[in-house]
Amino acid sequence: MIHFENVGLRYGMGPEILKDLTFDIPKKSFQFLTGPSGAGKTTLLRLLFMSLRPTRGLIKVFGREMSSIPQSELPMLRRRVGIVFQDFRLLDHLTTYENVALPLRVRGKDESGYRTDVVELLKWVGLGDRINVLPPVLSGGEKQRVAIARALIDQPELLLADEPTGNVDPPMAKRILKLFMELNRFGTAVVIATHDLSLMDQVEARRMILTSGRLDLYD
Amino acid sequence: MIDKSELPIAGTKRPPQREITLRRTASIVPQQNVQSRSLLAVIVIMSFLACLTIGAVGMIRSTASSWASQISREITIQIKPDDTIDMDKTLGAVRELALSFVGTTGGTILDKDATARLLEPWLGAGLDIDELPVPRLVIITIDEQNPPDFTAMRATLAKKIPQAYLDDHRTWVDRLVSMARTTVIIGSGVLGLVFFAMVLTVIFATRGALAGNRHIIEVLHFVGAESSFVAEQFQKHFLLISMKGALTGAFLAAFCFAAAGWWQTRSIATPESDQAAALFGSFTIDWTGYVGIFLTMLVIAALTTLTARFTVMKTIDDIDNIRSDPGRIDQNQP
Repeated sequence: MIHFENVGLRYGMGPEILKDLTFDIPKKSFQFLTGPSGAGKTTLLRLLFMSLRPTRGLIKVFGREMSSIPQSELPMLRRRVGIVFQDFRLLDHLTTYENVALPLRVRGKDESGYRTDVVELLKWVGLGDRINVLPPVLSGGEKQRVAIARALIDQPELLLADEPTGNVDPPMAKRILKLFMELNRFGTAVVIATHDLSLMDQVEARRMILTSGRLDLYD
Repeated sequence: MIDKSELPIAGTKRPPQREITLRRTASIVPQQNVQSRSLLAVIVIMSFLACLTIGAVGMIRSTASSWASQISREITIQIKPDDTIDMDKTLGAVRELALSFVGTTGGTILDKDATARLLEPWLGAGLDIDELPVPRLVIITIDEQNPPDFTAMRATLAKKIPQAYLDDHRTWVDRLVSMARTTVIIGSGVLGLVFFAMVLTVIFATRGALAGNRHIIEVLHFVGAESSFVAEQFQKHFLLISMKGALTGAFLAAFCFAAAGWWQTRSIATPESDQAAALFGSFTIDWTGYVGIFLTMLVIAALTTLTARFTVMKTIDDIDNIRSDPGRIDQNQP
């Protein structure tokens, strides 16, 4: 589904942040992306989300070479990818329900067709009683779960999550992980960037370890 | 492990659940925030100023044209005092002679009292006109569309009554027309400047208001919204603001003119009103003024909407360009 070949990236004239990355994200796969702070995890997620282009190397996304994808086609490709931002990126004037429903709304879907799905997903992530609440009054953990629900709602082919359990307690982290695994069982490839070793220990999954811009894979 | 049927994602069939009350879905672009209110205030002010200027320029134009037409509707024949003539008979003869020309519509002999009133500012009240060699006037009204042959009239007068001098006000009319034209040109210049200021202000205020919504554009872009969808959301929002602002400004300007016109009507024949009427004419806007106000509203609405569209599209382009160029670091990005 995603293929990286000798990918390198540097910002301006600075040192290479990512060096010679060669790997695949197969369909329906599940992997953790980990490594020390500053190793380039977020930058790698940005490359996977097509929001950065590499300085060198080849990236193929859904069978297409990234350098040949016109800007106008990016939204359609991004619809196949769900992303959970580290800083949540919720819209403060929309309720929890409206934030989660946003990806469906921008796709032009009718609200009556997704209302139940959104409500059920919010209940499942433990926000059933926070459906009509605006983000500024949510706790960090609640915001995290709203961001996750928004990324999951349209069952993407690839889910990218940047520290998705960073603001939740261990039981909720476990529950969120189960949700990712369940989504993976339905066919979504999952990449979770995390520092949380205990989270990774709960699942037998491929580990992608970034150290000083280089990637080691442990299947 | 979660049961497959439990996973609540789009399209999964589940038994019906208890209905939850949701608020009416909010607009993607926040309806009320500081930026929107500031933009609304800017549009109200600029629309008010532009409409006021349009009305004022229209008023000046009609006043100037009224000055010129009032004077060009009349000519004056002056008869200098002379011991050899009987002034009253000569006045009558001059009037008859002038009215014999095609293109004259009426003649009035300015009597002694009227002549004394004319001279009152210089010679004081209680003037006995017979004691001084004061010229007398005959005012002839003419058909503006078909004026008499002034040269022939002047020649006939010179031949038959040498003491008579015809003044067709040409000098005054020329000066007034020239002044009126200058006034209209200055007014149009001011209108152009006000419009230019309005265009710039509206564009910058719209861009400023959009800058505060950049995070919304980003989120929409990243959840898969197409550029045209994002632009449409902001266009609708800004069109509404601009229509509200432009209507309010135009209404306020029209109200100002109506209030001034009402005051003028109420205070007719008072020195203040006469002075204002002499300077500014009548405080009314003709149909061209209303068309101008309507066009101003359209211009503001179009400007705001197009600026919103182009700014959103450019913001999205910037997001993608910054992201596709690793040499450019955007601190706002993940």
